[in-house]
Amino acid sequence: MVLDNLHNVNIAIVLAPLVGALVAGLFGGPIGRKGAHTVAILGVAVAFLLSLSQFYHVVVQDRGVISQNVYTWMVADGVKFEVGFLIDKLSALMMVVVTFVSLAVHLYTVGYMADDEHNWPHDSLMGRNSYQRFFGYISLFTFSMLMLVMANNFMQLFFGWEAVGLVSYLLIGFWLNRPSAVYANLKAFLVNRVGDFGFLLGIACVLAYFNSLNYADVFNAASLQKDVMISLWPGAHWSLMTVICLLLFVGAMGKSAQVPLHVWLPDSMEGPTPISALIHAATMVTAGIFMVARMSPLFEWSDTALSFVMVIGGITALFMGFLGVIQTDIKRVIAYSTLSQLGYMTVALGASAYAAGVFHLMTHAFFKALLFLGAGSVIMAMHHDQDMRNMGGLRKYMPITWITTLIGSLALIGAPGFAGFFSKDTIIEAVHESHLAGAGFAYWSVLLGVFVTALYTFRMYFMVFHGKPRMDQHTREHLRETPWVVTVPLIALAIPSVISGWMYVGQMSFGDFFGSAIYVAPQHDVLGELAKGYHGQWAMVLHAFVSAPFWLAAAGVFTAWLFYMRFTEWPALLQAKLHPIYTILDNKYGFDRFNDWFFAGGSRGIGRFFWHWGDERAIDGLMVNGSARTVGWAAAVVRHLQSGYLYHYAFAMLLGLLLMLGLFVMH
Amino acid sequence: MFSDLPLLSLVIWLPILGGILVLAAGSRNALEARVLSLLIAVVTFGISLPLLFNFNTTTAAMQFTELHPWISTWSINYHLGVDGISMPLILLTTFTTVLVIIAGWDVVKSKTAQYMASFLIMEGLMNGVFASVDAALFYVFWEAMLIPMFLIIGVWGGPRRIYATIKFFLYTFFGSVFMLVALIWLYLQSGSFSILDFQTMKIGMEPQIYLFLAFLIAFAVKVPMWPVHTWLPDAHVEAPTGGSVVLAAIMLKMGTYGFLRFSLPITPDASHQLSWLIILLSLIAVVYIGFVAIVQQDMKKLIAYSSISHMGFVTLGLFLAWAIMTNTGSTQGVALGIEGAMVQMISHGFVSGAMFLSVGVLYDRMHSRLIKDYGGVAHAMPLFTGFMVLFAMANAGLPGTSGFVGEFMVILAAFKGNFWYAFLAGTTLILGASYTLWMVKRVFYGEVANPQVAALKDINAREFVILGLLALMVLGLGLWPAPLLDIMRPTVNHLVQHIAVSKL
Repeated sequence: MVLDNLHNVNIAIVLAPLVGALVAGLFGGPIGRKGAHTVAILGVAVAFLLSLSQFYHVVVQDRGVISQNVYTWMVADGVKFEVGFLIDKLSALMMVVVTFVSLAVHLYTVGYMADDEHNWPHDSLMGRNSYQRFFGYISLFTFSMLMLVMANNFMQLFFGWEAVGLVSYLLIGFWLNRPSAVYANLKAFLVNRVGDFGFLLGIACVLAYFNSLNYADVFNAASLQKDVMISLWPGAHWSLMTVICLLLFVGAMGKSAQVPLHVWLPDSMEGPTPISALIHAATMVTAGIFMVARMSPLFEWSDTALSFVMVIGGITALFMGFLGVIQTDIKRVIAYSTLSQLGYMTVALGASAYAAGVFHLMTHAFFKALLFLGAGSVIMAMHHDQDMRNMGGLRKYMPITWITTLIGSLALIGAPGFAGFFSKDTIIEAVHESHLAGAGFAYWSVLLGVFVTALYTFRMYFMVFHGKPRMDQHTREHLRETPWVVTVPLIALAIPSVISGWMYVGQMSFGDFFGSAIYVAPQHDVLGELAKGYHGQWAMVLHAFVSAPFWLAAAGVFTAWLFYMRFTEWPALLQAKLHPIYTILDNKYGFDRFNDWFFAGGSRGIGRFFWHWGDERAIDGLMVNGSARTVGWAAAVVRHLQSGYLYHYAFAMLLGLLLMLGLFVMH
Repeated sequence: MFSDLPLLSLVIWLPILGGILVLAAGSRNALEARVLSLLIAVVTFGISLPLLFNFNTTTAAMQFTELHPWISTWSINYHLGVDGISMPLILLTTFTTVLVIIAGWDVVKSKTAQYMASFLIMEGLMNGVFASVDAALFYVFWEAMLIPMFLIIGVWGGPRRIYATIKFFLYTFFGSVFMLVALIWLYLQSGSFSILDFQTMKIGMEPQIYLFLAFLIAFAVKVPMWPVHTWLPDAHVEAPTGGSVVLAAIMLKMGTYGFLRFSLPITPDASHQLSWLIILLSLIAVVYIGFVAIVQQDMKKLIAYSSISHMGFVTLGLFLAWAIMTNTGSTQGVALGIEGAMVQMISHGFVSGAMFLSVGVLYDRMHSRLIKDYGGVAHAMPLFTGFMVLFAMANAGLPGTSGFVGEFMVILAAFKGNFWYAFLAGTTLILGASYTLWMVKRVFYGEVANPQVAALKDINAREFVILGLLALMVLGLGLWPAPLLDIMRPTVNHLVQHIAVSKL
């Protein structure tokens, strides 16, 4: 009975936002704006409250994992493909984070999208119900994300995985009259598809060797398969686990924007700011982190895969951070910061500190959503100007936005006591403990990354909120704090940005918060090692003041202050002095140019080559019309038979056929 | 109440006779012809439903059989029946025909009665192909089917319709001749024209190879497989919307149905021997054609190439059996590939039909199929754009749509055969999304390209019904494919057991 209720609650959690999405998206016209946002917010609120209740049951009361199959999607070849839910401590946490941020963003959207009709050409029918459609999309996103994190099998995981990709595509290109937006959304979808290509092959590999796609079946059998070697090409033998994990991780690289599949995320900022916060910072992009943590029973059997994960994460954490330093668009700064922070999480996964990775995922979801929504608030006040060079001194006009953004910034740079401090410090320490190949590189990357993070974060902070106002007269006269639907979500996110680290560091980083949801092999248990030296939050905060990350962060903030508050002519001087480096950063290391030339241009070139030379010349020209010409030539010789009428040819064919048949029968 | 009726004969002859009736009665009044045609199509669809509801999903044997002697001197019988392979295809045919009749409702203005009649007659003939258990009967339907399609393209087609029809006709006719020879050889050996007898008779290796190649030529042209595919883009471009829909949704399936009905069960050893060839051609179809589709400038051509690429998954799934058995030493996974292929056939029927109908919606308004003539259509046609994005996503194989299910199953099965098969097949995730969504971007997104686009009217009720029905099928099959799998399972399992045993 109790179990039945819990099962029904799960179904209600995913259906509530889906119903909201369908009603707001399909019947947006008849029910109007108010109807649409009411039903969408209600749906997500229900999902949030019910998620809290599942969290209470599974985590707080620790009453065991809820596992259920809802319906059988199909049975093929003796394998059951189910749609079902697995609510353990990992998914329960994700559900709460996703629905909480989503709820905040839903509320915020009421303010942010209020005059969206100005973003459309006046005669565009798409602009008519765009407000309602937007709510439909973000509710659909919430549904998809919940399906992803609540899945109990790979098939449904892939469904959620691609469904969030679809919604991301629809939302990046929401203002579909803007060429840059519809360029960015196609790019995002295709780059993600490259990741999904690997992901799907990983799933196929799992099915081939485990003959099931159910998590429990696969994870239980993982230890039996750990020594299996497979041969991808003659002479090369790979561990099965390494192949599976690397393929799955390619999927994570796409979704969680790891180098070199990171290129879509900065461009995704073309979408409206609420979705940058919800999808491209707090939730969807962390799906890859969640997935690897979920797959810890597989990754633990492949040191090769873990090293690979760690190195990729390290590269992303450091080098994407550098790019944040030179951006002038406020959203792009935060976007590169997101890339860098995703790199931190990935590094944690590679070091087998899955719990720390997910911990950082959670704190990051709060403070990064906060920073994006804060940026959105600024953008609204600035009449949709996103260039930081036109801002400055906003703290006087927008006190709530100012304070909450400051809180978010402090959390991001890991100021002791704030949420980001606890999670990021754990990651840095954990990588330090790791003995896998690549750990040294990853450690230095995340350590240096602290300086870079502080530098770009406070560069942004100073440029926006301090110094002289640089906007034009008209904008300045209209500067004012945004309405309550915007500021309330900011405050709601600022609270966990401060306290969530303090509250959970003991349990998540060093305790047994996740229980059986995450598996760590004894020889990889870096967090277990660290736990021996953990003596509570106060001790950790105090210890911070004598450790490198704090001073690196402080140096970053100081540098930002020097360059953007004290000696404001320095940035230009430095840019001129270090021109080659600046050029490299400005070109984003050339990834975009290379991809455009090699992959996009290359595919079109291959396509044209196959089409013109393969289809038109070789097949049609030589074989088809060539044989037709040969026939024509032969017919010209035997002139009497050439008539040009189709039925003559058909008749001749029949005649020939009969002749062949006759010969055959006589024979 | 339905079990006494000769359902299969009805779904064959009712539309054929109905078509003749439309010809006779409707020539004077176009409206009369439309209403009558729709009535006949709907009734035929209704009659085909008991095939689904009364279908016995526990047996692999032919059901709803009808057997009457026809030409007894050559032991040719009027022998009909369906199993889990053919029954879904008959439903697809009767369903699609209803849509095609509605789609042509007030679009086809010249020779309306003849147009409608052609589709009805073709429906009957296509049902005949799927329902025939007798090879001679099968062949008659197979060839007769060409005539209405020939007329549809030739009479209601575009400017280069003559070139396209001749290419289409000669290609497919050329292919079928080889099949005829193969069938006659089989008859001479077995003394029967029953496909079921062909399937159980012992055949030596050498004749099997020849038979397999003869069937291959006939079916490969129909599917179409690389490199005998070039007739399809031409035919699609010139065909009227309805013709394209029937061509893509049903006629292409004739080829893969032929592989299932003839090649695999009749010549399993030759299939084993030559499965590498089919796999190779299938992977070429997926990758090569995928690239070609990217650079198409004509929407119909693009979708035609996309069709060829998607049909590559069907042929791949059908012939993975021996790769899997060699690699893993068991038949586990073989059925997955074949079932995936069959799901892909049905799904492609819905998705490609929907895509061609959507292009038809645009063509009816703008009289252009060129991508460059469009841009920003979404601003004028939001409802239509919603449908189009859904179908595009299905075409790109998004989970939750029918397009995902078959490709997913075939890729899973391919991995059991060989990593690189799965790898190459998997590229469709990227290529399929590239050509489909790039087209969507250029046609539907961006700023309004020109005044004609700005003046476009969104879909009307008639178009809404057609696209809405297809959207329901696409989503239904994507979210819950289990019922379709249940229908085909006994037949596929039987087939797997059958082909795993040598006939030598």
